[in-house]
Amino acid sequence: MQTETKTRMDQLTSPAGHPVTILRFEGDIASTSKEAVLGIYQSLPKATAKIILLDFTKVDYINSSGIALVIQMLIEAANGGQKVYAYGLSPHFIKVFTMVGITKYAGLFPDQNAAMAAL
Amino acid sequence: MIMHKSANVEVRLPSRLGYEKVAMSTAASVAKLMGFREDRIEDLKTAVAEACINAIEHGNRLNEGLSVGVMLCAGEDSLEVKVIDDGKGLKGLPPRPDIDKKILGEEDPRGMGMFLIQALVDEAEWVAGGNGKSSYVRLVIRLDSPTE
Repeated sequence: MQTETKTRMDQLTSPAGHPVTILRFEGDIASTSKEAVLGIYQSLPKATAKIILLDFTKVDYINSSGIALVIQMLIEAANGGQKVYAYGLSPHFIKVFTMVGITKYAGLFPDQNAAMAAL
Repeated sequence: MIMHKSANVEVRLPSRLGYEKVAMSTAASVAKLMGFREDRIEDLKTAVAEACINAIEHGNRLNEGLSVGVMLCAGEDSLEVKVIDDGKGLKGLPPRPDIDKKILGEEDPRGMGMFLIQALVDEAEWVAGGNGKSSYVRLVIRLDSPTE
Protein backbone atom coordinates (compact mmCIF):
# COMPACT_ATOMS: atom_id res chain seq x y z
CA MET A 1 0.00 0.00 0.00
CA GLN A 2 2.95 2.30 0.58
CA THR A 3 4.59 3.38 -2.64
CA GLU A 4 8.15 2.07 -2.63
CA THR A 5 10.85 4.72 -2.32
CA LYS A 6 13.05 4.99 -5.38
CA THR A 7 16.35 6.82 -5.13
CA ARG A 8 18.55 8.16 -7.91
CA MET A 9 21.93 9.69 -7.37
CA ASP A 10 23.50 12.52 -9.36
CA GLN A 11 26.89 14.16 -9.02
CA LEU A 12 27.04 17.82 -9.93
CA THR A 13 29.44 20.68 -9.38
CA SER A 14 28.06 23.87 -7.88
CA PRO A 15 28.77 27.21 -9.55
CA ALA A 16 31.24 27.78 -6.72
CA GLY A 17 33.11 24.67 -7.83
CA HIS A 18 32.10 22.30 -5.04
CA PRO A 19 31.11 18.70 -5.78
CA VAL A 20 27.53 18.06 -4.74
CA THR A 21 25.92 14.63 -4.44
CA ILE A 22 22.19 14.81 -5.07
CA LEU A 23 19.95 12.03 -3.74
CA ARG A 24 16.65 12.20 -5.61
CA PHE A 25 13.82 10.44 -3.79
CA GLU A 26 10.58 9.35 -5.38
CA GLY A 27 7.43 7.82 -3.84
CA ASP A 28 6.78 7.51 -0.13
CA ILE A 29 9.31 7.94 2.65
CA ALA A 30 8.17 5.76 5.51
CA SER A 31 9.40 2.91 7.71
CA THR A 32 9.98 0.72 4.64
CA SER A 33 12.36 3.26 3.11
CA LYS A 34 15.46 2.45 5.16
CA GLU A 35 17.46 0.94 2.31
CA ALA A 36 16.40 3.59 -0.20
CA VAL A 37 17.23 6.47 2.14
CA LEU A 38 19.89 5.35 4.60
CA GLY A 39 21.30 2.51 2.56
CA ILE A 40 21.97 4.71 -0.46
CA TYR A 41 23.40 7.48 1.72
CA GLN A 42 25.70 5.02 3.53
CA SER A 43 27.05 3.81 0.18
CA LEU A 44 28.46 7.28 -0.55
CA PRO A 45 32.22 7.66 -0.08
CA LYS A 46 32.47 9.82 3.03
CA ALA A 47 35.90 11.13 2.10
CA THR A 48 34.66 12.79 -1.09
CA ALA A 49 30.88 13.19 -0.74
CA LYS A 50 31.01 16.19 1.58
CA ILE A 51 27.94 18.04 0.35
CA ILE A 52 24.71 16.04 0.14
CA LEU A 53 21.61 17.55 -1.42
CA LEU A 54 18.29 15.75 -0.88
CA ASP A 55 15.68 16.19 -3.61
CA PHE A 56 12.12 15.69 -2.30
CA THR A 57 10.38 17.06 -5.40
CA LYS A 58 8.85 13.71 -6.31
CA VAL A 59 8.06 12.53 -2.79
CA ASP A 60 4.33 12.10 -2.28
CA TYR A 61 4.17 11.20 1.39
CA ILE A 62 6.50 11.39 4.39
CA ASN A 63 5.51 10.14 7.82
CA SER A 64 7.31 10.34 11.15
CA SER A 65 9.17 7.08 10.44
CA GLY A 66 10.47 8.62 7.23
CA ILE A 67 11.48 11.76 9.09
CA ALA A 68 13.36 9.54 11.55
CA LEU A 69 15.34 8.10 8.64
CA VAL A 70 16.28 11.61 7.54
CA ILE A 71 17.37 12.38 11.10
CA GLN A 72 19.48 9.21 11.18
CA MET A 73 21.14 10.43 8.00
CA LEU A 74 21.82 13.80 9.62
CA ILE A 75 23.36 12.05 12.64
CA GLU A 76 25.75 10.09 10.43
CA ALA A 77 26.49 13.16 8.31
CA ALA A 78 27.33 15.21 11.40
CA ASN A 79 29.69 12.48 12.59
CA GLY A 80 31.25 12.20 9.13
CA GLY A 81 31.84 15.89 8.53
CA GLN A 82 29.24 16.07 5.75
CA LYS A 83 26.77 18.88 5.14
CA VAL A 84 23.20 18.03 4.20
CA TYR A 85 20.73 20.27 2.42
CA ALA A 86 17.33 19.65 0.91
CA TYR A 87 14.86 21.07 -1.56
CA GLY A 88 11.53 20.25 -3.15
CA LEU A 89 9.49 19.92 0.03
CA SER A 90 5.89 21.15 -0.05
CA PRO A 91 5.04 24.13 2.22
CA HIS A 92 3.41 21.65 4.60
CA PHE A 93 6.51 19.52 4.94
CA ILE A 94 8.75 22.57 5.24
CA LYS A 95 6.57 23.39 8.24
CA VAL A 96 6.82 19.83 9.59
CA PHE A 97 10.60 19.68 9.11
CA THR A 98 10.87 23.02 10.90
CA MET A 99 8.63 21.81 13.74
CA VAL A 100 10.81 18.77 14.43
CA GLY A 101 13.98 20.84 14.17
CA ILE A 102 15.52 19.30 11.06
CA THR A 103 16.13 22.79 9.67
CA LYS A 104 18.76 23.33 12.39
CA TYR A 105 20.86 20.64 10.76
CA ALA A 106 19.84 20.71 7.11
CA GLY A 107 19.34 23.89 5.11
CA LEU A 108 16.22 23.97 2.97
CA PHE A 109 15.93 25.52 -0.48
CA PRO A 110 12.90 25.98 -2.74
CA ASP A 111 14.48 24.28 -5.75
CA GLN A 112 17.69 22.81 -7.17
CA ASN A 113 18.85 26.06 -8.76
CA ALA A 114 18.59 27.95 -5.48
CA ALA A 115 20.41 25.15 -3.66
CA MET A 116 23.25 24.88 -6.15
CA ALA A 117 23.71 28.66 -6.27
CA ALA A 118 24.21 28.67 -2.52
CA LEU A 119 26.58 25.69 -2.29
CA MET B 1 -22.08 14.17 -0.79
CA ILE B 2 -24.39 16.73 0.81
CA MET B 3 -23.02 18.31 4.00
CA HIS B 4 -25.72 18.79 6.62
CA LYS B 5 -25.14 20.48 9.96
CA SER B 6 -23.39 17.37 11.25
CA ALA B 7 -22.31 14.35 9.30
CA ASN B 8 -20.64 11.16 10.38
CA VAL B 9 -18.29 9.07 8.30
CA GLU B 10 -16.77 5.78 9.42
CA VAL B 11 -13.88 3.86 7.96
CA ARG B 12 -12.33 0.57 9.09
CA LEU B 13 -8.72 -0.05 8.20
CA PRO B 14 -6.76 -3.27 8.27
CA SER B 15 -3.84 -3.11 10.69
CA ARG B 16 -1.30 -2.90 7.89
CA LEU B 17 1.03 0.04 7.42
CA GLY B 18 0.14 2.00 4.35
CA TYR B 19 -3.60 1.87 4.91
CA GLU B 20 -3.41 5.09 6.89
CA LYS B 21 -3.58 6.71 3.46
CA VAL B 22 -7.24 5.69 3.18
CA ALA B 23 -8.03 7.55 6.38
CA MET B 24 -5.97 10.54 5.23
CA SER B 25 -7.92 10.77 1.98
CA THR B 26 -11.25 10.43 3.73
CA ALA B 27 -10.42 13.08 6.32
CA ALA B 28 -9.15 15.39 3.58
CA SER B 29 -12.34 14.95 1.56
CA VAL B 30 -14.57 15.74 4.54
CA ALA B 31 -12.46 18.74 5.53
CA LYS B 32 -12.56 20.07 1.97
CA LEU B 33 -16.34 19.77 1.90
CA MET B 34 -16.48 21.71 5.16
CA GLY B 35 -14.46 24.53 3.64
CA PHE B 36 -11.14 24.14 5.42
CA ARG B 37 -8.14 25.82 3.76
CA GLU B 38 -5.65 23.65 1.95
CA ASP B 39 -2.92 24.11 4.54
CA ARG B 40 -5.22 23.02 7.37
CA ILE B 41 -6.25 20.00 5.34
CA GLU B 42 -2.58 19.05 4.96
CA ASP B 43 -2.13 19.45 8.73
CA LEU B 44 -5.10 17.18 9.32
CA LYS B 45 -3.86 14.55 6.86
CA THR B 46 -0.52 14.27 8.61
CA ALA B 47 -2.14 14.16 12.06
CA VAL B 48 -4.58 11.45 10.94
CA ALA B 49 -1.75 9.49 9.32
CA GLU B 50 0.30 9.55 12.51
CA ALA B 51 -2.70 8.59 14.63
CA CYS B 52 -3.48 5.65 12.36
CA ILE B 53 0.13 4.52 12.25
CA ASN B 54 0.23 4.54 16.05
CA ALA B 55 -2.99 2.55 16.17
CA ILE B 56 -1.71 0.02 13.63
CA GLU B 57 1.80 -0.35 15.05
CA HIS B 58 1.36 0.11 18.77
CA GLY B 59 -2.34 -0.31 19.53
CA ASN B 60 -2.99 -3.30 17.31
CA ARG B 61 0.66 -4.39 17.13
CA LEU B 62 0.40 -4.98 13.37
CA ASN B 63 -2.07 -7.79 14.01
CA GLU B 64 -3.97 -8.00 10.73
CA GLY B 65 -6.75 -9.81 12.51
CA LEU B 66 -7.61 -6.50 14.14
CA SER B 67 -8.86 -3.36 12.48
CA VAL B 68 -8.48 0.35 13.18
CA GLY B 69 -11.69 2.35 13.32
CA VAL B 70 -11.68 5.92 12.07
CA MET B 71 -14.77 7.93 12.89
CA LEU B 72 -15.20 11.42 11.51
CA CYS B 73 -17.83 13.80 12.79
CA ALA B 74 -18.26 16.97 10.79
CA GLY B 75 -19.96 19.64 12.86
CA GLU B 76 -20.90 23.18 11.92
CA ASP B 77 -17.51 24.64 12.69
CA SER B 78 -15.27 21.75 13.61
CA LEU B 79 -14.23 18.33 12.43
CA GLU B 80 -13.57 15.61 14.98
CA VAL B 81 -11.65 12.47 14.06
CA LYS B 82 -11.41 9.50 16.39
CA VAL B 83 -8.92 6.74 15.66
CA ILE B 84 -9.74 3.60 17.61
CA ASP B 85 -7.61 0.53 18.16
CA ASP B 86 -7.69 -2.57 20.32
CA GLY B 87 -4.73 -1.60 22.46
CA LYS B 88 -4.58 -0.70 26.10
CA GLY B 89 -3.85 2.93 25.43
CA LEU B 90 -0.97 5.12 26.48
CA LYS B 91 0.67 5.04 29.86
CA GLY B 92 1.58 8.66 29.42
CA LEU B 93 2.57 11.21 26.81
CA PRO B 94 6.21 11.01 25.74
CA PRO B 95 8.41 14.08 26.25
CA ARG B 96 8.66 16.65 23.46
CA PRO B 97 11.26 15.46 20.91
CA ASP B 98 14.61 17.24 21.08
CA ILE B 99 16.45 17.36 17.75
CA ASP B 100 19.75 18.28 19.40
CA LYS B 101 19.61 15.20 21.60
CA LYS B 102 18.68 13.07 18.62
CA ILE B 103 21.66 14.34 16.63
CA LEU B 104 23.94 13.65 19.59
CA GLY B 105 22.57 10.13 19.89
CA GLU B 106 20.99 10.84 23.27
CA GLU B 107 17.45 10.32 22.05
CA ASP B 108 15.82 7.85 19.65
CA PRO B 109 15.42 9.44 16.19
CA ARG B 110 11.89 8.06 16.12
CA GLY B 111 8.94 8.94 18.28
CA MET B 112 7.70 12.19 16.77
CA GLY B 113 4.23 11.04 15.82
CA MET B 114 2.41 12.24 18.91
CA PHE B 115 4.28 15.53 18.92
CA LEU B 116 3.21 16.16 15.32
CA ILE B 117 -0.38 15.28 16.11
CA GLN B 118 -0.50 17.78 18.97
CA ALA B 119 1.22 20.47 16.93
CA LEU B 120 -0.96 20.15 13.85
CA VAL B 121 -4.51 20.01 15.22
CA ASP B 122 -6.46 22.24 17.62
CA GLU B 123 -7.19 19.47 20.10
CA ALA B 124 -5.71 16.03 20.65
CA GLU B 125 -6.80 13.71 23.41
CA TRP B 126 -5.68 10.15 24.08
CA VAL B 127 -8.19 7.96 25.87
CA ALA B 128 -7.42 4.48 27.19
CA GLY B 129 -10.15 1.91 26.71
CA GLY B 130 -11.91 0.93 29.89
CA ASN B 131 -11.77 -2.79 29.21
CA GLY B 132 -8.10 -2.91 28.25
CA LYS B 133 -8.92 -2.23 24.60
CA SER B 134 -10.86 0.16 22.35
CA SER B 135 -8.47 2.98 23.10
CA TYR B 136 -8.65 6.01 20.91
CA VAL B 137 -7.15 9.33 20.05
CA ARG B 138 -9.54 12.19 19.38
CA LEU B 139 -8.42 14.97 17.05
CA VAL B 140 -10.29 18.22 16.43
CA ILE B 141 -9.71 20.98 13.93
CA ARG B 142 -11.83 24.10 13.98
CA LEU B 143 -12.90 26.34 11.15
CA ASP B 144 -12.48 29.43 13.31
CA SER B 145 -8.99 28.47 14.54
CA PRO B 146 -6.59 31.49 14.53
CA THR B 147 -4.65 29.82 11.72
CA GLU B 148 -7.83 29.38 9.61
